[in-house]
Amino acid sequence: MAETKQVIIRVKRQAGPKEPARWEDFSLKWRPSMNAIICLRDIAENPVTRDGKKTTPITYDSNCLEEICGSCAMLINGKARMACSALVDHLEQPIRLEPMSKFPLVRDLAVDRQFMFESLKRVKAWIPIDGTYDLGEGPRVSPEVQEKGYPLSNCITCGNCLEVCPQVNEHNQFVGAAIISQVRLFNMHPTGAMNKRERLEALMGPGGIQECANAQNCVHACPKGIPLTESIAEVNRDAWKQALLGWLLG
Amino acid sequence: MTQPKIIVVGGGLAGLMATIRAAEAGVPVDLFSIVPVKRSHSVCAQGGINAAKNQKGEGDTTDKHFDDTIYGGDFLANQPLVKRMCEAAPGIIDLLDRMGVMFNRTSEGLLDYRRFGGTLYHRTAFAGATTGQQLLYALDEQVRRHEAEGKVRKFEGWTFLSTVIDEGRICRGICAMDLRTMEVKTFAADAAIFATGGIGAIFGRSTNSVVCTGSAQSALFQQGVDYANGEFIQVHPTAIPGEDKLRLMSESARGEGGRVWVPRNPAEKRRPKDVPEAERFYFLEEWYPKYGNLVPRDIATRAIHRIVYQEKLGLDGQAAVYLDVTQIPRETLKRKLEGILEIYEKFLGVDPREEPMKVFPGMHYTMGGIWVNGEDQASNVPGIYAAGECEYQYHGANRLGANSLVSCIFGGGLAGAAASKYAKNLERGAASTSSAAFDAEKKRQEKKNQKLLSQDGSENPITIWRELGDVMTEHVTVTRINKNLEAADAKLRTLQERYKKINLSDRTKWSNQTLNFARELENMLILARVITLGAVARNESRGAHYKPDFPDRDDANWLKTTRAKWVNCDIQLTYEPVDVTLIKPRARRYDAVK
Repeated sequence: MAETKQVIIRVKRQAGPKEPARWEDFSLKWRPSMNAIICLRDIAENPVTRDGKKTTPITYDSNCLEEICGSCAMLINGKARMACSALVDHLEQPIRLEPMSKFPLVRDLAVDRQFMFESLKRVKAWIPIDGTYDLGEGPRVSPEVQEKGYPLSNCITCGNCLEVCPQVNEHNQFVGAAIISQVRLFNMHPTGAMNKRERLEALMGPGGIQECANAQNCVHACPKGIPLTESIAEVNRDAWKQALLGWLLG
Repeated sequence: MTQPKIIVVGGGLAGLMATIRAAEAGVPVDLFSIVPVKRSHSVCAQGGINAAKNQKGEGDTTDKHFDDTIYGGDFLANQPLVKRMCEAAPGIIDLLDRMGVMFNRTSEGLLDYRRFGGTLYHRTAFAGATTGQQLLYALDEQVRRHEAEGKVRKFEGWTFLSTVIDEGRICRGICAMDLRTMEVKTFAADAAIFATGGIGAIFGRSTNSVVCTGSAQSALFQQGVDYANGEFIQVHPTAIPGEDKLRLMSESARGEGGRVWVPRNPAEKRRPKDVPEAERFYFLEEWYPKYGNLVPRDIATRAIHRIVYQEKLGLDGQAAVYLDVTQIPRETLKRKLEGILEIYEKFLGVDPREEPMKVFPGMHYTMGGIWVNGEDQASNVPGIYAAGECEYQYHGANRLGANSLVSCIFGGGLAGAAASKYAKNLERGAASTSSAAFDAEKKRQEKKNQKLLSQDGSENPITIWRELGDVMTEHVTVTRINKNLEAADAKLRTLQERYKKINLSDRTKWSNQTLNFARELENMLILARVITLGAVARNESRGAHYKPDFPDRDDANWLKTTRAKWVNCDIQLTYEPVDVTLIKPRARRYDAVK
């Protein structure tokens, strides 16, 4: 009998936020174009560890499976990335799956990233339209601005940029690169620019842009290739300008 | 009188638009979603959104958009509301533009438009090849603003279980489950709007997201909400096959000049680039000279099936054809299609700018859904509204590409306004409903959970789900044969029996995804039967519903809407006439001039 190729997965398990963590190993049947999500589904269909012990299916977040919903971020072999696009054939085995460490743990690989959505509220990441009734066309936007704004608008709020940032830790509430980049996006839009001042102010309190220590890990971790460091530099300049102007005008 | 309140279930495009309209009408909204709303399946829509803005000087009009939609849907849609949607579409684009959507622009700073299937006009506004994501974010941002102002409360990480219906058969709220604590709770509301999206999971693998199970629609159906045209399932011609999902390759690839072909010689061994033009079979262009690669999806899908299964011309004998964008200038690909090309590259490790993509049709969309009236998205149960993919109203027997986003926003807006009005005008609101109805519903749902968590059995929910997907994909998608459909229904009934012996491998009460999935599975099995039985009964071919034994459209007998009802815990099919008062049905022939 031909030996079937196996995939060895090592998952960090934790039944809840206050429960102890433990590791479990699984041995799965290899198939072409397997990714980390397929592995987790295989485990759910047959939740038995490598040494034959019955266990529970693994709790994890996933939705679109094509890297556009932002759900399935986790640490894979120590690296913050999306599980759906983590192809088994490109990963060293045993493949280690761990939850992101900078967000409150829910269970196993699922974490709570509500902090990011709250931060979007804090910086007023929206265009303040008067209403949804018919008010005619929006402002004209040059292709140049669109080509700058569209990549920023691709942010899937996955949290990878926060996970890799040394400034995101238990000692401060740094909003992180994704949020700063959203401020740049809305400040760039002709209507959004009308509230530029408010957004910059929101970024100047505790956890604001001054917390960035320029480690530049964020830009490398972003699955969407968003120019995050460029965003931080630009918003930082604007914030300083505004602060200085405020000081001069007293 | 107490302040009226609305519940919206589902936070994709339709749900968010409904939420915004209700908040604007001064009615507070509780918004329920399984995932944080920004992660809803609308993000997967790629190609664009239709509106006859006529910005390329082609003489496009909303009437032509209306006609293309009705003709594309093979005359099964009730016409008046479709007309209203097409008339509203240009205003919807303006609204999204004002919300800051980063649509592609012309050199004058105006919105750019591209071509899409089933029309000869440049009618599709787009933001790269991730238009759905961009539109969803715009609405998500507006809802966040209303949330910050206290008009909207979000319940993310909650799943809908059932509605609370009082003794007068009026909906007074919902019963939902917190997916962390697994707590079951009821919520009172004067009206509930359902925007719960697609049903892809019923087919196992599809282009849909994980949450698109149709579970909510099925739960509503089992509470007396009718379900219409379930048998109309759209299979998208160009998806990348995968074990976990079929990843969509947008129609916009063809809208921007992508071509579908196979080598004329089935034994062709050369690399695609080395196959000379004369030896390539551009079958869509040959068979449909006027529309070419942009025939509607049902037509393109059947053509690809014919190439693979009858002509035996699939690539290397496999179920695949080429979707070729290599001849399109790199700069255009970057500006207009980058998002989907990245998906192909990331998941297959092949650069589609250099080498033609290998694609095959995949289950994509349901035209059928919750029955709603032709006025304001209301279902047959007072207080229950529906909008977006989960309802049946706009696309007839086949949806045109880039019409789904417009129907979500139009329908969602309509539902939000209508439900607000209904809630404000109710003589006796939900607050006056006795707590007994709420308590009883909560107990019923808790009992279900307890049973699932405690029972011993031999069946695994994922195994049953895989078998469900296999049988539905094999027999209830592109080609339908009565004998096979009947066998499929028999198999579904077997799966329902086996479901009774289900064993949850997780019995804990914290973030138990197995329990939730098992609940969804029960609902999926019922909705699968609605789809299959509707297909068995409809002995004709219309749009996406194709029966080789009944190859023609049969208006004399089948120009009617299927309306499934839940009677004595069983599915009963009834029919009602289609409103064709505005455009007289005519033969649908994309190989000839329209």
